[in-house]
Amino acid sequence: MNAPLREVKAEQRLMIVDCDIHPIQRSNRDLYPFLPKHWQQHMETFGPHVRQGLSERISWPRMMASGQRADAYPKEGGPPGSSYELMKRQHLDPNGVEHGMLIALSKGGMEERNQDYAAALMSAVNDWQVECWVKVDPRLRAGVVIVADDPESSVKEIEKRAAQKEFSQIIISPRSAEPLGRRRFWPIYEAAQAAGFPLGIHPAAIPGGAPSTGAGWPTYYMQEHYTFGSASESVAISLVMEGVFERFPRLKIAMIESGFSWAPTLGWRMDSIFERMYKETPHLKRRPSEYMRENFWFATQPIEEPENPQHLIDIFEWIGWEKIMFSSDYPHWDFDDPRYAISVKLSEVNRAKIFRDNAKALYGLS
Amino acid sequence: MKLPFKGAIDCDVHLAMPPVKTLLPFMSDYWQDQIVTRYIDRSSFALMSYPSNSPLSGRADWRAENGGAMPGASLAQLRSQLLDPFEHKIAICHALHGAIALYNEDMGAEFCTAVNRWVAAEWLDHEPRLRASILVHAQNPALAVAEIERCAGDSRFVAVLLPVMGDSPLGRRIYWPIFEAAQKHGLSVCVHAGSTFRNPPTGTGWTSYQTEDYIGQSVAFQNLIISLLAEGVFQKFPDLTFVCLESGFTWMPTLLWRSAKAWRGVRAEVPWIDRNPASIVRERIKLSLRPFDAPEDPDIIKRIFEQINCEDMLVFSTDYPHWQFEGDNTLPDGLPQELIQKILIDNPMASFPRLQSSTRAHARVTQEVAS
Amino acid sequence: MAKKYVAAAAGDIAEGGSKLVSIAGRDIGIFNVSGSFFALANRCPHAGGSLCEGFITGIAVSGGPNDYRLERTGEFLRCPWHGWEFDIRTGQSWCDPNSMRARQFAVKVEAGADLAKGPYIAETFEVKVEGEYLVIEL
Ligand code: FES
Repeated sequence: MNAPLREVKAEQRLMIVDCDIHPIQRSNRDLYPFLPKHWQQHMETFGPHVRQGLSERISWPRMMASGQRADAYPKEGGPPGSSYELMKRQHLDPNGVEHGMLIALSKGGMEERNQDYAAALMSAVNDWQVECWVKVDPRLRAGVVIVADDPESSVKEIEKRAAQKEFSQIIISPRSAEPLGRRRFWPIYEAAQAAGFPLGIHPAAIPGGAPSTGAGWPTYYMQEHYTFGSASESVAISLVMEGVFERFPRLKIAMIESGFSWAPTLGWRMDSIFERMYKETPHLKRRPSEYMRENFWFATQPIEEPENPQHLIDIFEWIGWEKIMFSSDYPHWDFDDPRYAISVKLSEVNRAKIFRDNAKALYGLS
Repeated sequence: MKLPFKGAIDCDVHLAMPPVKTLLPFMSDYWQDQIVTRYIDRSSFALMSYPSNSPLSGRADWRAENGGAMPGASLAQLRSQLLDPFEHKIAICHALHGAIALYNEDMGAEFCTAVNRWVAAEWLDHEPRLRASILVHAQNPALAVAEIERCAGDSRFVAVLLPVMGDSPLGRRIYWPIFEAAQKHGLSVCVHAGSTFRNPPTGTGWTSYQTEDYIGQSVAFQNLIISLLAEGVFQKFPDLTFVCLESGFTWMPTLLWRSAKAWRGVRAEVPWIDRNPASIVRERIKLSLRPFDAPEDPDIIKRIFEQINCEDMLVFSTDYPHWQFEGDNTLPDGLPQELIQKILIDNPMASFPRLQSSTRAHARVTQEVAS
Repeated sequence: MAKKYVAAAAGDIAEGGSKLVSIAGRDIGIFNVSGSFFALANRCPHAGGSLCEGFITGIAVSGGPNDYRLERTGEFLRCPWHGWEFDIRTGQSWCDPNSMRARQFAVKVEAGADLAKGPYIAETFEVKVEGEYLVIEL
């Protein structure tokens, strides 16, 4: 009567690169060693100053265990992702993670309005990643958290981190105060290209000021969750149509936790509309989809689960097999387990590309 | 490709909006006075989403035939450029008037009423192949409902028209009176691309280019459908069909997959969604053919239709006079043969309950008008 | 031949409670729903999450927007990963009852005195004649 138990697949032979792992501080105190005294006091006295009605959490309470895997809360306390030991035991070791790309969303100043405080947080979180994670486990790779709304400080931070071998990319949120293609952000791209850092775009939870949709604020978390993908589409449109890749042709974009099935169709849509409207954007020398095809990479989580798993293959083919990279999003609730995430059969070569080789090539990992 | 047979039902046809002075006779004394003395009639009400001279807003050869002005401004032209050559059975017209962007909701509502009266008097009364949507100012749903009630007796109005980006996501309860009135009268809800720019057009703020805005309509439609789903509009109004106009359709698989996946994890937040959202969307949402956002490659198109897995979703639209196709290639190449009849006729018929009865009713109305 | 495993003493699992056991290398969750016992594999049929470590809850149902009711309290298990809901009595997923279900095992309550006649396997504790035990056959 019962469906057969899905047996654990043979021990995952392939070592993988996980493009989305979230470390977090147990508490503010974890950042103290990296924050000047003044900002420690500010942190405790004033706390965050962000662009929404609640200071400590998003205004759409999440579903599963505050948006976390309910089984990832460390016994000793602290939020999921704050215990290296648990991360190692629950994810890095059993899932064969050869390299794990850290995306440090928490307390990095991405969403902070006080620019000096944001700059201090950015620097602190980047130090913290190195000292408390990468030095503890060299499988992990840090991402330079920057504050998009303050390109000047961000550029300095990028230049400083370019020399540190622990960093592999730059992390930026698509929910900035303006679409990321706008020129005010270009100094960041210039610095990224010069440093050879890909730009990892990962949604930060707290809005950048604009309502999450062009029609205004959603009511339910279900809607807000959808905008992770839809806001990322808007960012892709902006980066392409503003001509970022004409100016910075070697800039590489990794779209992380943004979905990917929208990418090919967005490319077609941009082409068909550009064909009629091209005079408005004379800075574009090629069709929009060509920039997407060349300059974008996509992390898999949350993996699409089409009714017919074969349709995933359509999408992979359209995007290009060399542009898809596995990510788990550990320890968040919509975590993808590398053993089960892609339910359709892949050739050995393509499996290796998605689970390891593409990310290694993009991030220059050996 | 050309239409393979005549009798298509075109779900998205735009009437060029007349100068404000043309609308004055359809307004009350007070508003006529306001409009004249405030010189409101002296400048255009073009919507930011559809600048008059933008290449997309009017096909060049049609424009040329109109001396460079916006095509679709006269019935003779609508006949000679659209209805006659393509032998449409029915064209559903939409009057996207800039009044919907006004903040003064009383003025906005008055304009909408005037536009609807003008549509009935200048278009519907003279051409039996035309149907129309009811333009409403959704900022104040009570005023919108009053206008729906005023028009509902005229069966040539087959839908209520709303922009996809207005003050608030359209699923919100504040808009339900509009849906209630529409459902009561057998009207569909046409949600058209475009914004009143009450909010920046993207979740990340203001874009730079009109091209970006137009591309991003697909994002707005996705958020619209998610809003309707999450708010329970489909359960609350079981007989209402939502037709997305100037939507394109290749973005739909992403929406189906992601909404179904999310639902399994977050349904307790919105427990009224009592079955897979993908099946609800397949039943209740219609998308229009233009802008055609796939390459005209039969293999790709076939795969997208397989992913969407719903033969009833797509409805025919030319989007006249917008520049969506060349010459008389009204249909994109590569559409699956077996779907063409559905797209051109069956799906539009199913999307607008009033089409099924209004052919008969029309005869009566024209008689009354004549007498 | 199926083997009888004594998985737990019946008194170990209070009403509304559960216990995770390991039998012949399998992780199994045993649940006491209003005095009846049910056992499910601790592996979510969706994507392998540790299902039995999820929340024991009811099921949210609704007649329409703004109507919220929690029914069948204690009869559902919400996976700790993606939050899919499973009926503890049947293993069926609420959203996809026909195509998705957690592996279920029959649980019997047997008296220690009967068990003593053997054969049975009790890996982790001693079976006493006067007790009642939860037995799973594999
Ligand atoms: S693994 Fe259990 S819900 Fe996904």
